[in-house]
Amino acid sequence: MKCNQNGMETSSALELVLRGDPALLAIVRLSLAVSLSAVLFAALVGLPLGAALALTRFPGRGAAIVVLNALMGLPPVVVGLAVYLLLSRSGPLGELGLLFTPQAMVIAQAILIAPIVAALARQTLEDLWLEYRDELSAMGVGPARRIATLIWDGRFSLLTALLAGFGRAAAEVGAVIIVGGNIDGFTRVMTTAIALETSKGDLPLALGLGFVLIAIVVVVNALAWGARRAGERMAG
Amino acid sequence: MMRAPATDLPVRLDDASFAVGTVTIIDRMTLTFAPGAPTLVIGPNGAGKTTLLRLAMGLAAPTSGTVTFGGRERGPPLRRAFVFQRPVMLRRSVAANLRYALSAAGMPRRQHDGRIAELLALVGLTGIGDRPARRLSGGEQQRLALARALAREPEILFLDEPTASLDPAATKAVEDIVAQVAARGIKVVMSTHDLAKAKRLAGDIVLIHRGRVVETGPAEEFFAAPKTDAARRFIAGELLI
Ligand SMILES: Nc1ncnc2c1ncn2[C@@H]1O[C@H](COP(=O)(O)OP(=O)(O)OP(=O)(O)O)[C@@H](O)[C@H]1O
Ligand SMILES: [Mg+2]
Repeated sequence: MKCNQNGMETSSALELVLRGDPALLAIVRLSLAVSLSAVLFAALVGLPLGAALALTRFPGRGAAIVVLNALMGLPPVVVGLAVYLLLSRSGPLGELGLLFTPQAMVIAQAILIAPIVAALARQTLEDLWLEYRDELSAMGVGPARRIATLIWDGRFSLLTALLAGFGRAAAEVGAVIIVGGNIDGFTRVMTTAIALETSKGDLPLALGLGFVLIAIVVVVNALAWGARRAGERMAG
Repeated sequence: MMRAPATDLPVRLDDASFAVGTVTIIDRMTLTFAPGAPTLVIGPNGAGKTTLLRLAMGLAAPTSGTVTFGGRERGPPLRRAFVFQRPVMLRRSVAANLRYALSAAGMPRRQHDGRIAELLALVGLTGIGDRPARRLSGGEQQRLALARALAREPEILFLDEPTASLDPAATKAVEDIVAQVAARGIKVVMSTHDLAKAKRLAGDIVLIHRGRVVETGPAEEFFAAPKTDAARRFIAGELLI
């Protein structure tokens, strides 16, 4: 009986995916748009921050690294709550009217994953810096150019940091549900839809979304891996 | 890039020491590297050759005493260049490594291609500009490192055992380039623990041992009539202890 039912649910989910159900496609599209935007913003902040931490020596640097590493484990609901307080009508950024919009979801996810990108980038770039330091110093390369050089030459390894950030953003539900509100057709993404459909008992849709989510993460990683292989062959 | 004051020469160490913790690696050295024939810094493994060159390049600051470049203390390397004992190539093509050095030295972009071709020809790497630099053989990387250093149009070029890991043919190739460079008026300061190499290229000899200058002088005098007992023993191939 139970076995049978599971089989039915799986085939319904597959059907939805194959049929290209428009509601499902819209949810998938928004999920990708939100999480990829979050990765972009997290990279803009996290990569230079990680690079700066990798290259500079200052008192308290060790503590800063420990804090940054710990922030990798930020609970999504706490980030969601903090962003909610910032963006709510009475909050400091309430004027912007961003609460319960996709933009708010991007902000929350970017905050969530910026520490992941920064911490992993710091490690990568510090190793590269140890290797390059003497040569770049001998060439008289200044601080800004050093950071740019390390990010560029470490780009294939840094891709891994970005993928870790993307995986985390695509998988989290706590932050986007608080600041996005899971509004049908507007702020509903895959994870919030899965949570909702599961609680409503629509297991076929929930499962279908689950498969799509996993497939997307696999495809994104496969593309990145291919790009890395090709790039490394060319750049050495 | 600022090119004034225009010169890094002479490089002077004045009573300069370099210590790590309680270990003194360079012990109160006073030396001048001025325009002229190549200076060969010789001494056994661990004598402090690399550390001396790093001080003279400004990559490390003395823990006491001073190092000055054209009379100035510190400041970025303007017309100094360094080829490391184990050079590190950037993760880019051969040509892109040279392009990077040229733009770091402030050369306008439109002059890059011509200069890159010249440099590749000078070190005998013409035709492999597109290859990833890190895939080159050790000898090729050493020559590329030399080209990258020369891209800075240095007045003074530091070479830290540039031929230590090369076979005789590659060694000859590098030494020929160094001789050519020196003939163009670039001051060469090269370290080696190999007396035959020192004889072929010097100019002047600076023999160091355990972080101290043991003897300095023109190469001919140094090899024909060493003034110190330590130098005599080093030339005779005896262990210095
Ligand atoms: N940062 C450092 N900390 C501690 N010891 C150091 C440091 N740098 C160099 N030394 C030590 O100082 C001594 C001189 O080192 P250096 O590399 O200058 O010698 P060298 O003459 O270049 O030797 P080789 O011929 O093997 O290259 C060595 O005993 C080395 O272990
Ligand atoms: Mg050495």
